[in-house]
Amino acid sequence: MPEVPQNPIEFFLQNAAAIGPQLHLIIWGMVILCWGFWTLPRNGGRGLLYRFLRLFQHPAVLAVGGLTMASLQLYRLWGVNSGPAFYNMITLDSFALYFDMLFLVAAFLVVIMSYKYLDIEEEQHTEYYALILFATAGMMFMAGAIDLVSLFLGLELMSLSTYVLVGFLRGRKRSNEASLKYFLLGAFSTGIILYGMSLLYGLGGSTNLHEIGRQITQLEDNSLLTLSLLMMMAGLCFKIAAVPFHMWVPDVYEGAPTPITAFMSVAVKAAAFAIFFRIFFVAFEGLWELYVFPLALISMVTMTLGNVAALTQQNVKRLLAYSSISHAGFVLMGVVAGTERGITASAIYLLAYTFMNLGIWAGVILLRRKDIPGERVEDFDGLFFRHPAVAVLMLIFFLSLAGIPPLAGFIAKYFVFTAVLEVAFTQGAPYSSLMVWLAVVGALNVVVSMFYYFRIVVSMFMKTEYLPVPLSFSKGLVVVLVVTGVFTLLMGVYPQPFIQLAQFVNLPLI
Amino acid sequence: MLASYVPIVIFILVALSLPVVGLVVGRLIRPYKPHATKLMAYECGVDPEGDARDRFSIRFYIIAILFVVFEVETIFLFPWAIIYRRLALFGFIEMLVFLGILIVGYFYVWKKGALEWV
Repeated sequence: MPEVPQNPIEFFLQNAAAIGPQLHLIIWGMVILCWGFWTLPRNGGRGLLYRFLRLFQHPAVLAVGGLTMASLQLYRLWGVNSGPAFYNMITLDSFALYFDMLFLVAAFLVVIMSYKYLDIEEEQHTEYYALILFATAGMMFMAGAIDLVSLFLGLELMSLSTYVLVGFLRGRKRSNEASLKYFLLGAFSTGIILYGMSLLYGLGGSTNLHEIGRQITQLEDNSLLTLSLLMMMAGLCFKIAAVPFHMWVPDVYEGAPTPITAFMSVAVKAAAFAIFFRIFFVAFEGLWELYVFPLALISMVTMTLGNVAALTQQNVKRLLAYSSISHAGFVLMGVVAGTERGITASAIYLLAYTFMNLGIWAGVILLRRKDIPGERVEDFDGLFFRHPAVAVLMLIFFLSLAGIPPLAGFIAKYFVFTAVLEVAFTQGAPYSSLMVWLAVVGALNVVVSMFYYFRIVVSMFMKTEYLPVPLSFSKGLVVVLVVTGVFTLLMGVYPQPFIQLAQFVNLPLI
Repeated sequence: MLASYVPIVIFILVALSLPVVGLVVGRLIRPYKPHATKLMAYECGVDPEGDARDRFSIRFYIIAILFVVFEVETIFLFPWAIIYRRLALFGFIEMLVFLGILIVGYFYVWKKGALEWV
């Protein structure tokens, strides 16, 4: 039984550093919820205060404010390892810091590319941004969690917010269907994770991941541990959308509002990978031989099936959904490697994927105009002749997704491949041949993915007819396109700072 | 080892016999006057109208969800109240934070008009 702190204020101040950014997001999210009820008079004069409040009338501005405050807080805490806080519930180590940064970047870009889209869909704004902030806070709790309980709570906060966001277009049947499918399957997979957790608690005698890691290596009988590991793996593979738990992805990604699809394919996936790493590298440390075979198989099947299914898609959102499945397979290669280099590789991959994928989705949002869904491949026709800058940016993103040098995607793929091959050279049979096969399958998949990315590129550059309806540009979308474009190029041309950033990520194995 | 299960066995037997004894004794001493009205579904004393398997107003669901939320709140309050002395000021502040977040939700629901039944 832990001691009850005598001075609650002091206790809070000592521990608050570990949850500083999350606190900001949650408080700002609640402010956004209440702020929506309070409307300024339309004509309040030209006073400075009125103009200031007028600026904050739009919830997107408040959301940007909250994310900025959280980022500043994160920046202040950068490099300061707070150590375990709140009775070993949560920590803000370099691993959590890196992923928190990634979530904040993704949330920021998603917020500023959303407001015009919501206007076109004629939906309300207020709850949308509040839910994005809550989901981001949940992801940060996941990345920092070192206890099964806090990890699960973070997962639930993120998932519940995302379920609602997926169904945010209330008037649209597909959105409702997507939300219900995601909710039912998500709840089911969460249940499976929970089963695994309860077994793990029984075996390790603790909910603390480090304590579990210490205890389970001394077990004599591995059978229950294997069951627990398999359940956790199945549940987590659902969350990262790996085959054979990927069935929900195309329907949900297609039905959800496009910015939310972007958010899910980037941030929600990264958060699921964060707990994947925490559980497999801390709690299941030393069980690499046990999980490497199923996980390597899942990785190979995921990238192959994702790519093959994407080949025939006519709907861009579905195509990108399958592409996102195959990318999850590539990120999994880092987990399969099970080394420090593997973590670095996956971290770089997720960062590069954040930029290039958000850029692509920003392009899809551009095509959504009033009365035009803009979701078919043909909707990209002749984009180059109408908006050459956008078309060239999209080309960069697609090339990067395919892994062409000198772009971010190439660096990312280079790192996961070297991480896997390094293991192939240091481990004996049968692991070395498994790793070589994994790398070979990955390399072949790069070629396959090229085909369907270039279907869209062909339609942008080779077709000359286009619909004479202007694209739905907004300031936010332009900013997203420019930022993601610059970072996609920068990460490929000058990757050094990004590599250093990702090498800073490591899991302290206490 | 096995002897320690004896109380549980006794407990199960008592639990099983209680309803049996109650029903049998009641059947023996109460007057027996069956009537069709007695088998009708009870709806606040009014004659039931239509089938029970009907579409409900969506408001019932909102009320049900709100009920669950605030019910869970009470469940969290109970253990806190029981060890309140041990947790002292720390527990009090923690509970204020918890209730504060819930009150924001309550305020949101209220202003959103989910509690108005028109």
